Amino acid sequence: MRKLLLESLLQLPLTERAPAPEAKELADLARGLGTAARRRLGRSLAIREVDAGSCNGCELEIHALNNAYYDLERFGLRFVASPRHADVLLVTGPVSKNMREALERTYAATPAPKWVVAAGDCAAGCGVFLGSYACVGAVASVIPVDLTIPGCPPPPLALLKGLIALMEASAAATPAR
Amino acid sequence: MDWLQQAIAEGRQARAAPGQPRAFVDAAGWRQAGAHLAAGRGTLLSLWGEADAAHLCALVNGAIGILTLACPAARLPSIGSLHLPALRLERAMRDLYGLQSENAADTRPWLDHGRWGVQHPLGPCRPASLGSDAYRFYGAEGPPMHQIPVGPVHAGIIEPGHFRFTANGETIVRLEERLGYVHKGIDHLLAGATLERGAQLVGRVSGDSTVAYALAFAHAVETALGLAPPPRALWLRALMAELERIANHLGDIGAICNDASFSLLHTHCGILREGVLRTAERAFGHRLMMDRIVPGGVTAELTADGHAAVAALVATIRRHFPALVELYDGTASLQNRTVSTGILRPEFALQYGAGGFIGRASARAFDARKTPGYAPYPDLSFDVPVRQAGDVDARVWVRIEEVQQSLALIEQILQGQPAGALRTQYQGRGDEEGREGLALIEGFRGDILAWVRLAAGGRLARCHLRDPSWFQWPLLEVAIEGNIVADFPLCNKSFNCSYSGHDL
Repeated sequence: MRKLLLESLLQLPLTERAPAPEAKELADLARGLGTAARRRLGRSLAIREVDAGSCNGCELEIHALNNAYYDLERFGLRFVASPRHADVLLVTGPVSKNMREALERTYAATPAPKWVVAAGDCAAGCGVFLGSYACVGAVASVIPVDLTIPGCPPPPLALLKGLIALMEASAAATPAR
Repeated sequence: MDWLQQAIAEGRQARAAPGQPRAFVDAAGWRQAGAHLAAGRGTLLSLWGEADAAHLCALVNGAIGILTLACPAARLPSIGSLHLPALRLERAMRDLYGLQSENAADTRPWLDHGRWGVQHPLGPCRPASLGSDAYRFYGAEGPPMHQIPVGPVHAGIIEPGHFRFTANGETIVRLEERLGYVHKGIDHLLAGATLERGAQLVGRVSGDSTVAYALAFAHAVETALGLAPPPRALWLRALMAELERIANHLGDIGAICNDASFSLLHTHCGILREGVLRTAERAFGHRLMMDRIVPGGVTAELTADGHAAVAALVATIRRHFPALVELYDGTASLQNRTVSTGILRPEFALQYGAGGFIGRASARAFDARKTPGYAPYPDLSFDVPVRQAGDVDARVWVRIEEVQQSLALIEQILQGQPAGALRTQYQGRGDEEGREGLALIEGFRGDILAWVRLAAGGRLARCHLRDPSWFQWPLLEVAIEGNIVADFPLCNKSFNCSYSGHDL
C-alpha cells in the first residue's frame, strides 16, 4: 500500500481541467434562479441522484464524475445520501409509472431552495421508451426541471459542464462574504 | 435420450431454427418438465409468455430446448410451485400476459404495482384503476424482531428497488426484495418494432451490459433469418464484449472495496475503468459502445488508431492491476470484511442456474462462451475461473481472474482479427413471418437469453430477454441471511444484479 501511495504522491494529478459551461445553459439557468436562493447556497451544492427508470447507463457516467479524472468535489459539488441534505435532484430515466410517486416524494422531501437537473435523453423526453404504457415520460412532466443535460448517456464531461453551469449561475448574484 | 430431447421428439414441432428445437407439450408434459427441473435434471434458462401460450427453455446435458404449452384459457400448471427459480418469472408472466399459473406458491403481483392504469398490458389488456401499491411482505415473528424498509430510492447512486429486512438486533433474519420499479414495458415496445429499433431498445435494457444485450439480440435475429455476419464483425463484437466485461469488473472490484470503506482501491480501479471507457470511445466512438452491434454485423470499424489505443490499454492495465490485486489480497482489514461474508452455498447456485461471477464463485462452472459457445470464442484460448467458497471474497477473486482472462482474450483478438467487411446486408426474402431464433450470450454478469419470433416484413413479433439477474436476485436473499445489516451493501455490490435488466 505504501508503494502505491508514494507513487500517487510523486506522479502528477490525473484530474483534468474544468470544462467551461455553455453560455446558453448559463442564461437558461440564470432565468430560473431566484436571487434569494443564490445568496443562500453560495458555491456549494449537494446533489441527490434519483434513478426514475433509467437503464443504468446514466448512473455509470454519473459515477464516473467521482473518479480522479473529473473529481466533482473540487467544484464544491458532492453527492449526498438523502434528499433532506440536497440542493439539487439529478434525475435520470423516462420516469416509470412505478417510480413516479417515489420521485414526487423525493422532491417533496428536498428542502427549498432546490433545483432539478434532468440528465439523459430519457429524462429529457422519454428517449427510446416513448409510447410505453409503463412510462410517464420526461421528468418535467412530473416535477419542475431547471436544467436538461442531453445524451444517451451524457458523457461525464457534459454532466460536469451542466453542473458547473448550475454552480456559476447560483453564485453569480451572490454578494462576496 | 434425456427427458427434454424426448419431450421434443414426441411433441408437435414448432418452426424453430435448425439446432434450436421447440415443441408443443400438453399440461401433463409441462408439469413433468417442472418435476424434472425440480429434481435437478437440467437448468431452467427461462420461462416466458405470449397472449395464448407459455414457453419454457431448459439446458439439459449441454443441449438447449424449448417447450411450449398452448394456453387458450389463459391457465397453466405452475412450474414455480415445483421449481422455485421459475416463481418470479411466472409472476411476471401473469402481470404482463394474464396467464394464470394454477396452484402457484406465490400469487402476489411482481412487476405490476397497480400504477400502469391497465392490467395485463400484453394479454387481455383492460383499464385498471390506479390503486395503492401496498404489498404484503413475508414476516418473521417474535418479540425482538424489527423490520427495516429500504428503498426504492437508495442512499447511493444506484438503481431503485425495495429491500425489506427483518432483523434480530444487528443480524438479518430475513430479506425480501420487491422489484419492478424500473419496469419500462420493453416487451410491449419490442412487439411490432423494426429490427433497427429493436436493436436500439435492446441495447438499453441494462446500460452496463449494452454490448452483451445487443450481441444476444443480433445472434437471435441472425439465427432466425439464417444470416451470417462477416468474420471480422464477429471478432470485433468479441473485442467490445471483453472491453465491457473488464470495465464492469474493474468498477465492481473498486465499488465492493469502497463498501468495505477501503477507498484507495476504489480510486485506483476507477482510474483503470475510466481508461477502458475512453479507449472504447476512441476505438468505437462511444464510451459504453452502445448501438455498435446490430443484426448482420457491427457499425464501427477498428482503425489503426483504435487498435493502438486498445493495445495500449491492455499494457496499462497489465502494468497497474497486479499491484491492486496484491493490495486487496494483503490488506487484513479489507479481507476481514469480505472473507466468509454473504456465503452462497453451491447447491443454491446450481438449483437456480446462477450465471456469471455469482455462480462461478459458488462452484458452478458455466460460461455461455463455452456452452453452447459462439464465434469467435472456440478459436480463442481462455479459462473460466471457478471458486468454491461462495463469499464476497470469492466473487471478488472471480472478477479479478476474469479481468486477466479478458486481457488475454483481447490480445488474441487484436492479433488474430481477420480483415473484411463489417456487415452483411439482409435482403428481404418475404418468408420472415414465424421464423424464430434463440441466443445465449455471456455478459459480464452472466448468461443473457434472447429469443425472437419475426413477423411479416422482418419486424419483431415477440422478443423475450432474460437477464442473468432473474436467477441471481433471489439468491441474494439467501446469501444475506445471518449476516449483519451493515454488511448488506457489501453483499449487494458483490452480487451487483441489474434492476433495469430484471424489471424490463
